[in-house]
Amino acid sequence: MADKKHKFNLRDHAADFWDASPRWRKVSLSFLFIAICYALPFLNNPLINTPGSDFQSVLFYPVGMYVLMAIGLNIVVGKSGLLDLGYVAFFAIGAYTMAILGTKTSLNFWEILPIGMGFAMLAGVLLGTPTLRLRGDYLAIVTLGFGEIVRIVAVNTDAIGGPRGIAGIPTPPDIFNAKFTILDPKPYYWLLLTFTLLMIWVVRRMAARRPGRAWDAIRQDDDVAQLMGVNTLKYKVWAFVLGAAVAGVGGVIYASQILSIVPDQFNLNVSILILACVVFGGIGNVWGVILGAALLAFTPERIRFLSQPRILVFGVALVVMMNLRPDGVLPKKKREHFDPDWHTIEESGEGEIK
Amino acid sequence: MRLEIKDLHVHYGKIEAIKGISIVVNEGEIVTLIGANGAGKTTMLKTISGLRKVSSGQIIFNGEDISKMPAHKRADLGLSQAPEGRGIFPGMSVLENLEMGKYNRKDRKIEMKEDLDKVYHLFPRLLERSKQAGGTLSGGEQQMLAIGRALMARPKVLLLDEPSMGLAPLMIANIFNIITEINKTGVTILLVEQNAQQALQRAHRAYVLEVGHVVKEAKASDLLNDPAVRAAYLGTGAH
Repeated sequence: MADKKHKFNLRDHAADFWDASPRWRKVSLSFLFIAICYALPFLNNPLINTPGSDFQSVLFYPVGMYVLMAIGLNIVVGKSGLLDLGYVAFFAIGAYTMAILGTKTSLNFWEILPIGMGFAMLAGVLLGTPTLRLRGDYLAIVTLGFGEIVRIVAVNTDAIGGPRGIAGIPTPPDIFNAKFTILDPKPYYWLLLTFTLLMIWVVRRMAARRPGRAWDAIRQDDDVAQLMGVNTLKYKVWAFVLGAAVAGVGGVIYASQILSIVPDQFNLNVSILILACVVFGGIGNVWGVILGAALLAFTPERIRFLSQPRILVFGVALVVMMNLRPDGVLPKKKREHFDPDWHTIEESGEGEIK
Repeated sequence: MRLEIKDLHVHYGKIEAIKGISIVVNEGEIVTLIGANGAGKTTMLKTISGLRKVSSGQIIFNGEDISKMPAHKRADLGLSQAPEGRGIFPGMSVLENLEMGKYNRKDRKIEMKEDLDKVYHLFPRLLERSKQAGGTLSGGEQQMLAIGRALMARPKVLLLDEPSMGLAPLMIANIFNIITEINKTGVTILLVEQNAQQALQRAHRAYVLEVGHVVKEAKASDLLNDPAVRAAYLGTGAH
């Protein structure tokens, strides 16, 4: 990240190259990128290997999981400008749905997945509708409280295992030759990657349409957005619910891999770390957020050989980076000019949320 | 499209900012509210557009009491505001800002080009800068953008909050010329101004506000010659 000679901006060059590319090049580059992502577990490169922990497991958790969650939180924090410090709660709700239904009923992973997502979204509506009338700091405090409440309720409810959590969560059924077992994290990684790609697609489409424009307006000036006729509460709740859905899916997948969960896995640190991924990567820019999450999740594993001081080294690296690049590793493109990706409202009307 | 405010009270916490104001804006008029800082002018506009809650009283627009209606629905009725301090979206381009003005219009596909042309005709400067981010415009250009964006909604009543604030004298005259022009196309205007001189020259009628009360209501031209008003707001009364 040689940013000393300012002005040369790799990010903008890459973005301009992309915008100027013909369709065939965009398609083939996208395929190449996706293929590399799917092939990652087979890479055996000393540079990215993680001595001290299994690289394939690291790819699933924390790297893949953080990337997915950061994409979800980016809808809330990056696109709509709502500071949510309790994001881990939705992840916990997804994970507990998988754990409870998986151990107490005969439902399998694929049946529980939409239920877990639905519960997380419902929690998003219930939390969002009253609290999204609050602004800034107040919203942050309420969401922070919500995150802790979910964890504390789990600790104190004996019916769901209390502080010991739930063990013996079933794995997903096999898909063709891919067997989901505790020994092989690769199928889980591919499953997670597939959902992540799906989410990227959904978020990008939303962002280019009316909801995206509404979120943009709300983030820049809530009052003025209302004056323009934007139902700000509705779109804020939607952002919240979409973010919750992503975390809920993440939670279900996570629980089905880890096989046993305890409430303390879902503590405040996770919310803060996911938020750090979003800010560190480049708030509002989905590619930046992905890169940020991948780096923040991967680095502590890569330097695990440092054992105790590694978190300190990691912290120092964060502080240095935020000084060098205060807008994040890969910030949103500074738009002096109209971005052709943003169709005029005329073309994008069909993406409306009813 | 008549806008009538009846005995309006508005509170900020326990402090009463508007203490029983009644005003009327008839169709086709330019009505101005003048007064010093803290008189309640901006609060009046924010309450009419729905950003502040009404404590008691009525806001009657086109025969309907809209005082309980949320702000985004009032925008749909044809009440459009260019907010104080310009209030544009700094990260959106000029064109995107203008498109936002039409956010909720059902027929926006058909109208878009027509209304963009209309706004660009009034403010050719905005056409030149249509792809530039709103935040990089000068103060005068931002004011043009705020007014242009409000016009995109095809308002019946246009609420203007201090359009002259922080602008150079030449730009002020320019903006007020355009306000008069807009009014001539049939748009009713409620104008809040500290620049009482310009406002009274352009408006048909005026209300003078002092700490939450209307202290005077008259034809604008009469107020321009009223010694008390001249002394208090035009700075030319004391010889």
